[in-house]
Amino acid sequence: MPFNVLVLSCLVYVVILFLVAFFAERRASRGTSGFLRSPLVYTLSLSIYCTAWTFYGAVGYAARSGLEFLTIYLGPTLVFVGWWWVLRKLVRIGRQQRVTSIADLISSRFGKSNALGVIATVIAVVAATPYIALQLQSVTLSFGVFASGTPGGWAPPDQASTGIWVAAGLALFTILFGTRNLDANEQHHGIVMAIAVEAVVKLVALLAVGIFVVWGLADGPADIMARINASPISDWDLQPGRWTGLICLSAAAVICLPRMFQVMVVENADESHLARASWAFPAYLFAMSLFIVPIAVMGLERLPAGSNPDMFVLTLPLAEGQGALAMLAFLGGFSSATSMVIVESIALATMLSNHVVMPVWLRLRPRAAASGDLRRVVLLARRVCIGAVLALGYAYYRMSGGSAALTAIGFIAFAGVAQVLPAMIGGIFWRGATKTGAAAGMILGSAVWAYALFLPSFGPGAMMSAEVFAQGPWGIGWLRPQALFGVTGMDPLIHAVFWSLVLNTAAFLIGSILTFPDPVERMQGLAFVNAFDDEAQTGPLGWARVQADPEALLMLAQRILGDEAALSFFQAEAGAQGKQGYLPDPTPDFVAALERRLAGAVGAATSHAMISQMFGPAKVTVEDLMAVANETAQIMEYSARLESQQDELSRTARQLREVNERLTQLSVQKDGFLSQVSHELRTPMTSIRAFSEILTEGDLPPAQVAEFGRIILTEAVRLTRLLDDLLDLTVLENGTVQLTIGMANLGQMIDRALAASSHTRPERSFDIQRGIGAEEIYLKTDADRLVQVFINLISNARKYCDAPDPVLRIAVRQKGGRVTVDFIDNGAGIPKDAQAVVFEKFARLSDETRAGGAGLGLAICREVMANLGGTITYLPGQRGAAFRVTLPLRLEKTQISGAA
Amino acid sequence: MKRPLFLARSGYRRRRLHDAARLVPVFGAFLILLPILWAPADTAARDTAQDGLYLFGVWAGLIGVAAVLAPGLRGSGGEGDKAAKDRPEDRP
Repeated sequence: MPFNVLVLSCLVYVVILFLVAFFAERRASRGTSGFLRSPLVYTLSLSIYCTAWTFYGAVGYAARSGLEFLTIYLGPTLVFVGWWWVLRKLVRIGRQQRVTSIADLISSRFGKSNALGVIATVIAVVAATPYIALQLQSVTLSFGVFASGTPGGWAPPDQASTGIWVAAGLALFTILFGTRNLDANEQHHGIVMAIAVEAVVKLVALLAVGIFVVWGLADGPADIMARINASPISDWDLQPGRWTGLICLSAAAVICLPRMFQVMVVENADESHLARASWAFPAYLFAMSLFIVPIAVMGLERLPAGSNPDMFVLTLPLAEGQGALAMLAFLGGFSSATSMVIVESIALATMLSNHVVMPVWLRLRPRAAASGDLRRVVLLARRVCIGAVLALGYAYYRMSGGSAALTAIGFIAFAGVAQVLPAMIGGIFWRGATKTGAAAGMILGSAVWAYALFLPSFGPGAMMSAEVFAQGPWGIGWLRPQALFGVTGMDPLIHAVFWSLVLNTAAFLIGSILTFPDPVERMQGLAFVNAFDDEAQTGPLGWARVQADPEALLMLAQRILGDEAALSFFQAEAGAQGKQGYLPDPTPDFVAALERRLAGAVGAATSHAMISQMFGPAKVTVEDLMAVANETAQIMEYSARLESQQDELSRTARQLREVNERLTQLSVQKDGFLSQVSHELRTPMTSIRAFSEILTEGDLPPAQVAEFGRIILTEAVRLTRLLDDLLDLTVLENGTVQLTIGMANLGQMIDRALAASSHTRPERSFDIQRGIGAEEIYLKTDADRLVQVFINLISNARKYCDAPDPVLRIAVRQKGGRVTVDFIDNGAGIPKDAQAVVFEKFARLSDETRAGGAGLGLAICREVMANLGGTITYLPGQRGAAFRVTLPLRLEKTQISGAA
Repeated sequence: MKRPLFLARSGYRRRRLHDAARLVPVFGAFLILLPILWAPADTAARDTAQDGLYLFGVWAGLIGVAAVLAPGLRGSGGEGDKAAKDRPEDRP
């Protein structure tokens, strides 16, 4: 194919991409970005993992090492199907902290330390350089393949100048789209959309070649199987070390590669997209890998010996005369290379400008930082950085001679970025990780990587003398770059990965354990490790003492975010504070929100530094952190107190309810009793009055007069008794009763009580059961009052016991200094709901037996017992009415007052 | 705020779903590393086609399992998140 046609088709393709990106950007800016932010586009943009290395290099890899090429895709598959472990947290943190790059993540986690950001940036740039060179090399190679041996048109320029043209073109495209504006979220809708389109192109291209190979050249899957087993590829040996090591390495790389982090975390529009990508992205990798081995096998079979297996995807269709298919494959490879370079250089440029250029610029020109349009500076910095990154890639390509196999270069880059992994994983899962530990780990790890893998990659004699390779520096054998610490016989790549990561992790862990983090670091550590815990997101600390002019803040924000974005942000914040206009109060919350917002544009460290520069350094002390902890503790204690208070309240309420019930019941009883008392008073009064009237009239026989007089007397006595009882109760209740205390025999007192009460319903014969021996106790008490209680209880039993053969058991027990006397009959007992009121005044359970008494008996008993230092209670569960009288053996005066 | 000791059926199922999501990569790593143990001496040359079929089969299986789990995991945050925060990292 003529070279000029090839260049033309490339240009047309780039213009189409440009238009896609342009319209995507337009739609996004109009807010109608529904499709742009779909899980499909997210997944397709992740396919940036598959670069030209995959598109061309995988076939070459398979031709050289059989199925080992799968490791590069199996590692990411494991990471993505295991998204619940790491990716989910990374994406959440990225969104919460408005992370702009992987260096920003590290710097933000470890106390917004710019030094760490610089270290991570340097690692990323150095590691990405060979990777970008790889893309340039593959595009150049593909140009060369296409253009070779085709007379007519332009003569293809030599490889070096092709490389430079490709690099320049990519830089131009990236600058045009990657740095058109400084997005608040550092998201590039246009670029993402263009990448998604490119993802489709490269997948379709590879599948087309694969299908052509399997069904066009071979005779279907079964035939391919046979050919695979017959081909030299079948001779590959699975080396356990490489198999395991490369899977781990690619798993680490898919998280740490700057461009992967960019599309996965920074450009993520919705966390739930990750769930879809967890299987869709591995499926994409699966489809990309499916036809690699068949293409390699057929290439080895059909193409002349010595042809570059890295170019089989292209040369195979060409050799078979499928020009259109070859063109498609060429565009697929071109897509893989361009999309990778674009995103990688944007990610690296963001890191470089946020962590290197801006801090230096702010340091050099603090004046300019306070005025002038920072946006222009930032954008310019990014453009320069993009150019620099591509220039570095081109330089590496030239220096390495463009000869090494694509695979080897890719792994160098993987191993380089993996040095960020321990600090990152440790940072998001371990609060104890510190800045010093992270720095020590990353520096040591990347130094080992550079010494054992990166520098040797230029070949013996280029960067390192052959002598050093063979003997070690200064003849120190155990420092030989490919046999560190005397470990020989390991694959050089695995050797370097192993030692760099082991030493990196060890330095990180030991450094973290030995050092003490500063307060900002601890705060950030909490926010990162507990990213799913809202309580851990402490924002406003640090700017607590800021006395800032909101207008100055607005000016700062405008210079970074742009006028409109800054104004609407300030207006929203003011609205949230309940203010009109554009100037919110500079509360700590607001300043922290502003800092985070600015961090989305220029990185956490720079944004922190800028705000510090305006208002002096933020003063977060350990005391502040403790205060936060105390606050939490206080809130917890407060809620615990509230809880216990609530318990107490409900307990009191229950008691009150009970009391209220009793009162209501009593009140009803009292009403009943009053009417009864009135009735009781009235009956004798009526007869007294009637008989008195008859007597007043005279003319009565003397016998009748005597009869009437006796009736009047009886009724008067009844009245008097009622009044006496009431009076007695009053006296007892007031505690003004006079007690005559003396020694008395309990048995004799019970005898007296039995005798006295025998005339209550004398017609009933009671069986009295007594324990005579137990009753031989001498009590020091008021005998008359106690007998009164006994009489009352026995009379009650006689009155109310409804058993046909009534039995009254009187049991006496002595325990400690107290005596209990139980009166238990075999009647129906007292119903449960009445037990509570039986000792209350005026309590009458039924009107069945109105033998004297006005419901005051038990109330009097209770008061008497209280005066005697004892109690009287109802004993439930005795198969009858049962009362227990408890009193002290020796009544002392103090007991009376205590009981009263 | 205390986390509840026991959960209703739906919450319990969600927790187990999270466990399943964590286990997938562990099982996957085991299955993918399994070919290391296959004795290469059985045949003169490795049966590359069969090995390839096995690996692609495992791969497809992982994709399928992840696709089945994903819809259930997408919506569940909150509670499960808090359960997850203290777990150790176990990336293969």
